[in-house]
Amino acid sequence: MELSRRTFLKSALVGGAGISLLGFDLTPAVAQLKELKIARATETRSTCPYCSVSCGVLIYTIGDKAKNVTPQVIHVEGDPDHPINRGTLCPKGASLEQDILNPRRLLKPQVRRPGSDHWEDIAWAQAIDEIAHRVKKTRDDTFIEKDPLGRTVNRCESMAWIGGCTDTNEFNYLVVKTMRSLGLTYIENQARV
Amino acid sequence: MSQATLAIKRISGHAGPAPGEGVERDYQVCKLVDTTTCIGCKACEVACLEWNGYEFTDTVFDNSYQTMPETTWKYWNLIKFNEHENSDGTISLLMRKDQCMHCADPGCLAACPADGAIVQYTNGIVDFQQQNCIGCGYCVSGCPFDIPKFNPATKKMFKCTLCVDRVSEGLEPACIKSCPTGCLHFGTKEDMTDLAEKRATQLRENFGFEKAGVYDPAGVGGTGVIYVLHDATNPEAYGGLPKDPHIPWVVKFWKGPAKWIGNLAMLGGILRVTVHYLRFGPKIVDGSKHENGGQP
Repeated sequence: MELSRRTFLKSALVGGAGISLLGFDLTPAVAQLKELKIARATETRSTCPYCSVSCGVLIYTIGDKAKNVTPQVIHVEGDPDHPINRGTLCPKGASLEQDILNPRRLLKPQVRRPGSDHWEDIAWAQAIDEIAHRVKKTRDDTFIEKDPLGRTVNRCESMAWIGGCTDTNEFNYLVVKTMRSLGLTYIENQARV
Repeated sequence: MSQATLAIKRISGHAGPAPGEGVERDYQVCKLVDTTTCIGCKACEVACLEWNGYEFTDTVFDNSYQTMPETTWKYWNLIKFNEHENSDGTISLLMRKDQCMHCADPGCLAACPADGAIVQYTNGIVDFQQQNCIGCGYCVSGCPFDIPKFNPATKKMFKCTLCVDRVSEGLEPACIKSCPTGCLHFGTKEDMTDLAEKRATQLRENFGFEKAGVYDPAGVGGTGVIYVLHDATNPEAYGGLPKDPHIPWVVKFWKGPAKWIGNLAMLGGILRVTVHYLRFGPKIVDGSKHENGGQP
């Protein structure tokens, strides 16, 4: 039988269609993977603010810190290089992203006046001024130069300072310098476990 | 969405072999859950939600510490609490991390009729491809652990991915990383089996849990999530872990013999028509029947 060009094309077409109908699929099978959402995000080391254990966390923000980018937190997880938690976190720490991206997060100073039943907004400048005045007044009123036995003590017992686990060594150094210079003796830190 | 970086060794509803079939990668990934050191803190639940970007859902109080009765389509990881009464009358509060088991022989994949909706990568992870999912829910009937869950809004099925996006980049799953007691481990299947056996031996020899053992059910070809249990003879006590999970025989029959029987029936039909044609020839129209215009 002579095979004409037309018959050849016809049979090739019909045969090919038949084969693909029978389930020979030559398209490559690929599955789409979700991309790693933190692949090129900026990684910042920080400390979990909740309890005194002070676990290290990695905070991932979008962008590479370029000038025109406003970084926003996209993910928080444990810091594997941190000696305290070595990458692990508790359920509260694991939810830190929701703590940062939270409409109810406090972003400005507030004050509750003596006898008042509610918090009111206050400007930073005014807040710092008021605190400074109160510190000055309290210290002036209650400063103890000499104890009942007449020994010079120069202390201010009516104020206390409480630090938190996210305070750095450098910050704590300054805190102690400042507070001791005011005569404070009650200096405590939540992370002192 | 990027193209896959992981080869596939099994595809649901797919004619012909998968590209990665028969390929032996140098490692199979595996999660190890040591139920004896779990404290039920649920850090893994939170880490799972956080990584996968699902919002926190309302909890359902069920007279236990459990967040909700079952996993949902957007809550893939759940610690199941059970107050188990021991034979001596004492109570054990048993906790087990419930999630997709990533079976070596996945029932969901066997039951799935949609081409490429469920895939198994060569590292053992069983993953749903929502863009190919037709939302039929057959995977639910194939799964012995009741894991695939339906999202009514998008009509697609969802479940734990073993953080395939992290694992394919060389990271560990989010739940494993967060676990503060170190009851969760991640590594190759070999290493995890080894670690689990060591822990079980330790429990048997040093801690008096004579029935302690490893849960790695052979009925589904072994799993990508293995457990160390205080009492391996009674896995049901750990939030209904099936003792001997199997792919339901209906699914097996339907995807195995039923297909061949169907194919044979079709071929038989064609054969019969051919034989009939050869034996009796084409049907000749009887003119007398059409005298009244074809009406009877």
